[in-house]
Amino acid sequence: MQLDQMYQEVILDHYRHPHHRGLVEPFDAEAHHVNPTCGDEVTVRVRLDRSDGVTTVAEVSHEGLGCSISQASTSVMSDLVTGRPLDRALAAQEEFRLLMQSKGEPADLDQDLLDDAMAFAGVARYPARVKCALLGWMAFVDAAARAAGTED
Amino acid sequence: MTSDLGTRTTTTLDVARIRSDFPILQRTVRGGRPLVYLDSGATSQKPVQVLDAERTFYETHNAAVHRGAHQLAEEATEAYEQARATIAAFIGAAPGEVVFTKNATEGVNLVAYAMSNAATAGPEAARFVVGPGDSIVVTEMEHHANLVPWQMLAQRTGATLRWLGITDGGRLDLSDLDTVVDATTKVVAFTHQSNVLGTVNPADVLVRRAHAVGALVVVDAAQSVPHQPVDVRALGADYLVFSGHKMLGPLGVGVLWGRAELLAAMPPFLTGGSMIEVVRMEGSTFAAPPQRFEAGVPMAAQAVGLAAACDYLTAVGMDTVAAHERALTSLALEGLAQLPGVRVVGPLTTEARGGAVSFVVDGIHAHDVGQVLDDLGVEVRVGHHCAWPLMRRFAVPATTRATFYLYNDESDVAALVAGVGHAQTFFGGAA
Repeated sequence: MQLDQMYQEVILDHYRHPHHRGLVEPFDAEAHHVNPTCGDEVTVRVRLDRSDGVTTVAEVSHEGLGCSISQASTSVMSDLVTGRPLDRALAAQEEFRLLMQSKGEPADLDQDLLDDAMAFAGVARYPARVKCALLGWMAFVDAAARAAGTED
Repeated sequence: MTSDLGTRTTTTLDVARIRSDFPILQRTVRGGRPLVYLDSGATSQKPVQVLDAERTFYETHNAAVHRGAHQLAEEATEAYEQARATIAAFIGAAPGEVVFTKNATEGVNLVAYAMSNAATAGPEAARFVVGPGDSIVVTEMEHHANLVPWQMLAQRTGATLRWLGITDGGRLDLSDLDTVVDATTKVVAFTHQSNVLGTVNPADVLVRRAHAVGALVVVDAAQSVPHQPVDVRALGADYLVFSGHKMLGPLGVGVLWGRAELLAAMPPFLTGGSMIEVVRMEGSTFAAPPQRFEAGVPMAAQAVGLAAACDYLTAVGMDTVAAHERALTSLALEGLAQLPGVRVVGPLTTEARGGAVSFVVDGIHAHDVGQVLDDLGVEVRVGHHCAWPLMRRFAVPATTRATFYLYNDESDVAALVAGVGHAQTFFGGAA
């Protein structure tokens, strides 16, 4: 019963059929993150596009080894940030971090911005799994920061 | 032995009576599920006898040991030293050879740092000096606690780290033992019983080869002392470490055992109060072992609790504990073998094997297996088990690990096997 709350259909779908999986070129920067408590790892590549003074996340790809939560979360993240202005993508990451700290009682979150990532609300009830859900997001933030740095 | 999976009686052990000594095993988890605790390899639960011993120390004798001359200090010191004697007897050692540490990890670090301190400690410490041209030998199945301290010793001293590999069946590969352990080898450090594979290593073979080249032998017994009879004299090693909390004892106390003549010549690691002989502003001399290696006010209450744990295990009988775990391990290996897509990482029989059963499930990450089990109240360990190189050796990112102890029985094994089957159903097609 509680399992179904954690493993929402959205999560299982993304786990079975991950989006943006498989590292692509060209890319501006990549980041490799590991979860030292469990050995899970993910590499995220980012390509940015800058036009009319707006930096946009043009493309995200990823590859890694990990549990359903980390794999699905990275897939959902890739969908959410692709095509978004970089500042909105980073805002989504911040909202997701708050969701993960919510202990399963999300309040005052931008649910429109989080979209499918809201499915991970149940994960926040399990502190040991929060790091899994955050792994791909943290790698994205690192890769995006590097990519933005190379553009300046 | 009975193979009736539904009962709480097994082998010669009255598990129901033992379980009544462990208050935590009466609780429920995750919405009212009975607790099925299969993570004793990480830390064991504690019987009331241990909790009472620790509490009684605080309520009636508490004082800083080996300091002061008042009555409480005398009683606390007596209790602490009596605990040392009890624990020494449990492993066939002399009390003066038992050094209290906070855990097995600290025990390994103590020896490794003492060895690098030996370079500047005078002629009597010469036998502990390692440097360029020397080698330190470990195995690929070590817990990080018996690997990283040796990597660091090699880094500090310029010595070379070498290791023995593992066969596909989860045994030490001894085919190149005579070349890996050679005349340059100063230390051979190995786990007595793998915390992941369950493998019990051939200590006699390793000790014989190490001593033939004059190397010191350090045994990580964190997973063996709690689960099988261990006699340090019979084992033949030079040092042996274990943790109290994995053998029904409190957290925060462990043991380094060392041969008396080695401890007597070995320089200290942590320094400060209690471990000195004479202190002047210009310099200090050190106490005889074991005090030389116990700087600061020690964990007396925890040592007393660990002695109570030894008494508890002795009353049950370590042979009985080992036989009981062997029976449960055999059932688990059989049960998991019935599930298609489940592969045990480690020996598939109970020969020279303890009760750690690690496995992978096709298409389902260990975290997800563990989550389903947790939802059913079955508490196992998932991840790399602080043995990352071992995971790489078997090309798996992580495993699910069940470990058994004297308070587990057939129904716990049945819950494990059923739970893994349930995980396969839940994630069906997720590959």
